[in-house]
Amino acid sequence: MNNQEPHIIVQNLEMAYGSFVLQRNLTFTINRGDIFIIMGGSGCGKSTLMRHLIGLKAPARGKVFYGSLSFWDAPPEVRKQIMSRIGVLYQSGALWSSMTLAENIALPLKEYTRLRPPEIKDLVSLKLSLVGLAGFEDYYPSEISGGMRKRAGLARAMALDPDILFFDEPSAGLDPISARLLDDLILELRDSLGSTIVVVTHELASIFAIGNNSVYLDAEAKTMLGGGHPKKLLAESQNPKIRAFLTRGEEGLKPAHGKN
Amino acid sequence: MLFKTSKASAPEHNQALSTSQVSSSPLHLDCELHSPDTLLMRLAGNWTIASRPPSVHDIENQLRTNKQLKKITFDAAGIDGWDSSLIAFLRNVLKLGETAGIAVLTDGLPHGVQRLVRLAAAVPERTGARKDSMPEPLLARIGAQAVNFSLGTRDMLAFIGDAFCAFCKFLTGAARFQRSDFLSSIQSCGIESLPIVSLISLLVGLILAFVGAVQLRMFGAQIYVADLVGIAMVRVMGAIMTGIIMTGRMGAAFAAELGTMQVNEEIDALETMGISPMEFLVLPRMLALTLMMPLLCLYADLMGILGGMIVGVGMLDLNVHEYFNQTRGAVTLTFMWIGLFHSIVFGVLVALAGCLRGMQCGRSASAVGNATTSAVVTGIVSIIVATAIITVICDVLGI
Repeated sequence: MNNQEPHIIVQNLEMAYGSFVLQRNLTFTINRGDIFIIMGGSGCGKSTLMRHLIGLKAPARGKVFYGSLSFWDAPPEVRKQIMSRIGVLYQSGALWSSMTLAENIALPLKEYTRLRPPEIKDLVSLKLSLVGLAGFEDYYPSEISGGMRKRAGLARAMALDPDILFFDEPSAGLDPISARLLDDLILELRDSLGSTIVVVTHELASIFAIGNNSVYLDAEAKTMLGGGHPKKLLAESQNPKIRAFLTRGEEGLKPAHGKN
Repeated sequence: MLFKTSKASAPEHNQALSTSQVSSSPLHLDCELHSPDTLLMRLAGNWTIASRPPSVHDIENQLRTNKQLKKITFDAAGIDGWDSSLIAFLRNVLKLGETAGIAVLTDGLPHGVQRLVRLAAAVPERTGARKDSMPEPLLARIGAQAVNFSLGTRDMLAFIGDAFCAFCKFLTGAARFQRSDFLSSIQSCGIESLPIVSLISLLVGLILAFVGAVQLRMFGAQIYVADLVGIAMVRVMGAIMTGIIMTGRMGAAFAAELGTMQVNEEIDALETMGISPMEFLVLPRMLALTLMMPLLCLYADLMGILGGMIVGVGMLDLNVHEYFNQTRGAVTLTFMWIGLFHSIVFGVLVALAGCLRGMQCGRSASAVGNATTSAVVTGIVSIIVATAIITVICDVLGI
C-alpha cells in the first residue's frame, strides 16, 4: 500500500486571485496511500490549495500532476474523468439540502454507474453504515446535527470509491470525541481501501494522529516553509514558524531544539 | 454431492465507469459445497461498482434447499480488484446468514474487506432512527393542512402586528435601523425600478388605447381613447402594474435576502444582540417600498398616458394638443388620489408579503426558493384582492 508511488505531484505552483499572489513556488509530492496534511495558519491559502488540487481553480503558474498527467493541461474530458475519481468532504458537508441523505449519496452512483435501484440502495446503506449513520437514509440534511452532516458528507464523498479523498477541515465544529472518531475513520479508510487522503487542517491533534506527510504554508512568506512527516517535522525543523505552529505557540517564535 | 452455480454479470454493463481500473475480468461467483455443512463461495474477477453484483437470490435459494448448512466460507484468491460493491454484497450475505442462522466466516477475504465489513457493522442502527414510510390517512392530512393553515394565519397576523409596533416605534423615533440600509432599499425600490416600470406602463397604455380605439372608431369617437386611457391608468391600472412589477422585483428580493439571512443564522445573531429584526430589517424595507410606490405609480400613470398618446397621435390622427386637453378634462384629482391610495396599500402589502415569507424561511436552499415563490404569489394575490375591496368601497361611497 505504502509503496511510495507518486499520486499527485505539485510543481512550482503559484496561486493568485487576480494580481494578488496568495502562495508561490509550491512543490511537493503526495504518494499513493499517504495521509497528506495541508497545514498553516488561517488565511494562508490552505483551502485555496485544495481547490487547485480538486480542479475548481486553475493555477496562476505551475503544474499539478495526477500520476504522470498534467491536470490543467489535459483536455476537459480527461479532467472530468480525473475529477470523478476524487471525493471531497467540504467544510460543512455541502450536502444538497433538498435531497435526503440517501438521495445525496445515490446521485453520483446514478450518474456514473449503471447500477439498478436496489443495488444503489445497498451501496447507500453501506456508505451510511461505514460512517455510523445506519438508518438515517430518509433524513434531510437540515434534520441532523452538524457532526452527522459532516459524516454524511463523507459518505457522499466515498460514493464512487474514489482513489483520492480530500477533507477540508474535517474536525472543525466537531466535539473532541467525534473528531477523534473521524480521525480513526480516515485511518481505517486509508488502510482498508488504500485510498490517498489529503486533509486541510490546523488541528494539531489530528495532524499528529493521522498525518504521515505534510506541507506547511505561511501567509507572510507566501510559500511553503517545510513539509514531511509531521512528527519528524516537529522533531527536526528549525524553522521558528513551523515550531510555533506545531507546539501551539509554546516555543514562541524563538528557534528551539526538538523535543519528542 | 457437489452443485455449482455461477453468475457473471453481463459484459455490456461493465463500461459504466470509463475511468475505472482496467476492467479485464468481469466479476465471478462460484458456490460449492465444501463439506456437507459448509458452503464455499469462490470470488473472482473485478468486484467494482462498474459491474453489477450478482443477486443474493440464488444463494438464498441454496440456503433454503439445503438444510444441513451450518456455515459459509469464502475463497477470494481470484479477486483482481474490489471496492464497496463487494462489501455491499457481503453485507447482504451476512444478513442472509443471520436470518437463516448460518455462520458466515469472513477470514478468507482480503484484509481490507474484513475491516470494512467490521466497520460497517460497528455502529448499530439507532433504534427509532428510521422514519416511518407509512402514508398518512387522507383525513389526517386534511387535518394537518387545516391546522397548518390556522397556524399560518396566526403567524401572519402576529407578523403584521409586530410590523405595526415597529412602525409606531419608528414614529416615536425609537426604532433602530441603519440609515444606509434604508437608503439602499430606496435606491433599488425607486430609481433602479424606473426602467422596467417605464417599459411596462408605456406598453399597457398602448394596449389599452389599441383595444379602445378599435371599438370607439366604430362610433367616430376616437377622441375618447384619451379619456379611457387616462382614467384607467390613473385610477387603477398604473397602481396595479407597479404593484405587480414591484412584487416580482422587490417582494422576491426581500424574501430571498431575508431567507438567506435566516439560513445563515444572521437573523438569530441580530436577535441575540437584542436588536429586533423587525425594526432592523423589515422596517426599512417596508418604509422604502411604501414611500416609493406612490411615486412610481404617478410615473407609471404618466408613461401610460404617453403610451395612449402614441396610439392616439400615430393611429387615430388626433393631434398632441387635442389629446392632452381631452385627458386633462377627463382625469380629475379624485382619480389620482384613488390611484395613489391603491399604490400605498400595494406597497405595504408587497413589502409585508416579501418580508413575512423571508422571515418564515426554513434553513435550506430549497426553503429560500419556496419563500421567494410564496412571496410573489402572496403579493400578487393580495394586490388583486385589495383592488377588488377598494373598488367595491369606492362604489359604495360613490367616488
